[in-house]
Amino acid sequence: MKNQTQTFVEPIEETQQTTHISGAEAVVKCLLEEGVNLMYGYPGGAIMPVYDALYHYQDQINHVLTRHEQGATHAAQGFARATGKVGVAMATSGPGATNLITGLADAQIDSTPMVCITGQVAEHLLGSDAFQETDIIGISTPVTKWNYQITKASEIPEIMAKAFFLARSGRPGPVLIDITKNAQFEKIDFHYKKCTSVRSYRPKSEVDPVKIEAAATLINQAKKPLIVFGQGVILGQAEAEFKAVIEKTGIPSAWTILGVSAIPSNHPLNVGMVGMHGNYAPNMLTNECDVLIAVGMRFDDRVTGSLDTYAKQAKIIHFEIDPAEIDKNVKTDVAVLGDVKETLAALLSKLNKNSHEAWHSRFKELDTIEHREVIEKDLYPTKEGLTMGEVINAINKETKGDAIIVSDVGQHQMIACRYAKFNQSKSNITSGGLGTMGFALPAAIGAKMGRMDREVIAIIGDGGYQMTIQELGVILHTKTPVKIVVLNNEFLGMVRQWQQLFFDKRYASTDMTNPDFVAIAKGYQIEGKRVCERKDLQGAIAEMIASKDSYFLEVCVEKEDNVFPMIPTGASVSEIRLK
Amino acid sequence: MENQSYTISVYTENNIGLLNRISAIFQRRHINIESLNTSISEIDGVSRFTIVVNVAPDQIKKLIGQIEKQVEVIKAFYHTEEETIYQESCLFKIKSDLLLEGGEIQQKIIETNSRIVTVNKDFFVLEKSGNKKEIEALYNYLNAFGIMQFVRSGRIAITKNEMKISSLLNTLPN
Ligand SMILES: Cc1ncc(C[n+]2csc(CCOP(=O)(O)OP(=O)(O)O)c2C)c(N)n1
Repeated sequence: MKNQTQTFVEPIEETQQTTHISGAEAVVKCLLEEGVNLMYGYPGGAIMPVYDALYHYQDQINHVLTRHEQGATHAAQGFARATGKVGVAMATSGPGATNLITGLADAQIDSTPMVCITGQVAEHLLGSDAFQETDIIGISTPVTKWNYQITKASEIPEIMAKAFFLARSGRPGPVLIDITKNAQFEKIDFHYKKCTSVRSYRPKSEVDPVKIEAAATLINQAKKPLIVFGQGVILGQAEAEFKAVIEKTGIPSAWTILGVSAIPSNHPLNVGMVGMHGNYAPNMLTNECDVLIAVGMRFDDRVTGSLDTYAKQAKIIHFEIDPAEIDKNVKTDVAVLGDVKETLAALLSKLNKNSHEAWHSRFKELDTIEHREVIEKDLYPTKEGLTMGEVINAINKETKGDAIIVSDVGQHQMIACRYAKFNQSKSNITSGGLGTMGFALPAAIGAKMGRMDREVIAIIGDGGYQMTIQELGVILHTKTPVKIVVLNNEFLGMVRQWQQLFFDKRYASTDMTNPDFVAIAKGYQIEGKRVCERKDLQGAIAEMIASKDSYFLEVCVEKEDNVFPMIPTGASVSEIRLK
Repeated sequence: MENQSYTISVYTENNIGLLNRISAIFQRRHINIESLNTSISEIDGVSRFTIVVNVAPDQIKKLIGQIEKQVEVIKAFYHTEEETIYQESCLFKIKSDLLLEGGEIQQKIIETNSRIVTVNKDFFVLEKSGNKKEIEALYNYLNAFGIMQFVRSGRIAITKNEMKISSLLNTLPN
């Protein structure tokens, strides 16, 4: 209750006021407490109080208006993947909230830390089919690590703290917080305490020395060991520990599509990518190794091919943070639970020095075959049409492996991940588990905003580009200098490849009639160029990299090229085809 | 591997959305839940789900892994029939006339250890607790006379071995 004297003695605290503030303002204060200064979103009725609060904090939080809520999620994901921080996306209730689902599902399957905030109709309207009411908690449950509906302002600080803690700890993932409109209006006294634990939640297991010992024994005895590493190394910030382990043991190390860049591409122990379009040697030798050491990866079916014939001859060691992944797809002999940063550090001193030279020469033999049969033709084609591979190669020449490459989904993605060179971690951003077309453009915007010091290049197909092309509006608005390369084969190339190989070339709904992409870029005030001849390629890429502003480059590539090697669905990794 | 019946006991924080999260784990894998019961547990503020499913031995372990992965799940256990003492309960609504005719049903009530909950001039309600087989046998018997309404509860189960929840909770923060 106010009285005369109090109003006189109270110090004037305008933005610092923490008593009697609205729930909406409390949400913004929570974001600040969590170190958020960049977020993505799209306003609407049920989230307007939070937008109004943000208006007063523009100097502290940069809210970027994407042109679709899906774009907001992918931008937050790109930011998170490039920086290792939690990405934040916000939307209104109803259609705004449902538009977040694809990004949530993508972040869930690729373990990306993200907090999504949605507005919701007022508590008294819940369940009444009110205007723009949807059950977003029900809808988002299977695609979130955790979600919660706030109906009282007093819950905001604790729940927001919990949301950020859960998103970033353990195996990271997306969290959705739905806030009813009444809670945004209600007044509270604001106190914030960071969340450091949740009773029922164990983010990671303690390192078990018995398991470390068992793993070390198997590794030390192995004659033909193979390491397959995934994004866990990057998420666990265990790059140095991982490098120390492989350098001491000399074990050939292959990566999953999300693991690449955890060690530099040119590292002598890097033997390439595993999986459907991975490299010949690591796929073939998966079925020849005697010990397979999986580090921070989850044996996705695109990695393993047929499980019945996957590394059956090998003892399997699995370093993993998520207990539910142990024995889920591949039965392990030694499961080492915990944060790979800790388990690998504990492992190191128990390992014997080795170099496995004879075993490495097997990789070289098979690599030579792949070079002759596939890689030479991809990177140095002699035919007239441009290949996707030579475009990536030309980009490598300009960036020297220093850029962040954000790829979309399809043939160009596989080619980009196979051939792009990386010098540092967190440099390959792509939608691995969900395979979300339309991911790359907004994700590249998020990555660039998070890492303004780095070159960010999006590599996108003509199909996927048109799924989120509206996000060019963000570039227009914010002048974010993202470089965009569209590899135009006038087809939904990856699907066309399957139609060619498995459906007798019946190209059902995969040919594209495309717009003038350069004109569209121009419409958004983005400098653009279209290149269709080899002699113009390197120059155009040099010009794009030299540009201080965003730049759009369309490259017309061969229409009916296929990505090889390839493990057909259901086949064994050692049945990988070179053509 | 052969499917078999497992009783899953899940200790959880009390949360509105959790039932949805847990049932989605089964639904996604196309697994039918035979019975599901939620209640308080022996620990203050901790809820307990008792779920019965018919699955293969390697599948049950994966299900437990997925359940335990949920943020608000404290611990999940699974047990075979032999490892638990379990009961289901059921109610029959039957015409009152039948109770008087011949005394046959009265005899059955005594034999099966069931109990009359209420009687009026039109119908009486019979309650029976026991395992699934016993309840099925009684159902089959009464069905010949005519059952007006029947309902059976989910399974509740106590395990023969200890489920160390209290000591686990003591080791956790908060
Ligand atoms: C949202 C979504 N819809 C459909 C698919 C299935 N799909 C996978 S690759 C692909 C073709 C992609 O074509 P394009 O973007 O032109 O790239 P290209 O394969 O030609 O390099 C399609 C349709 C998908 N992955 N994502």
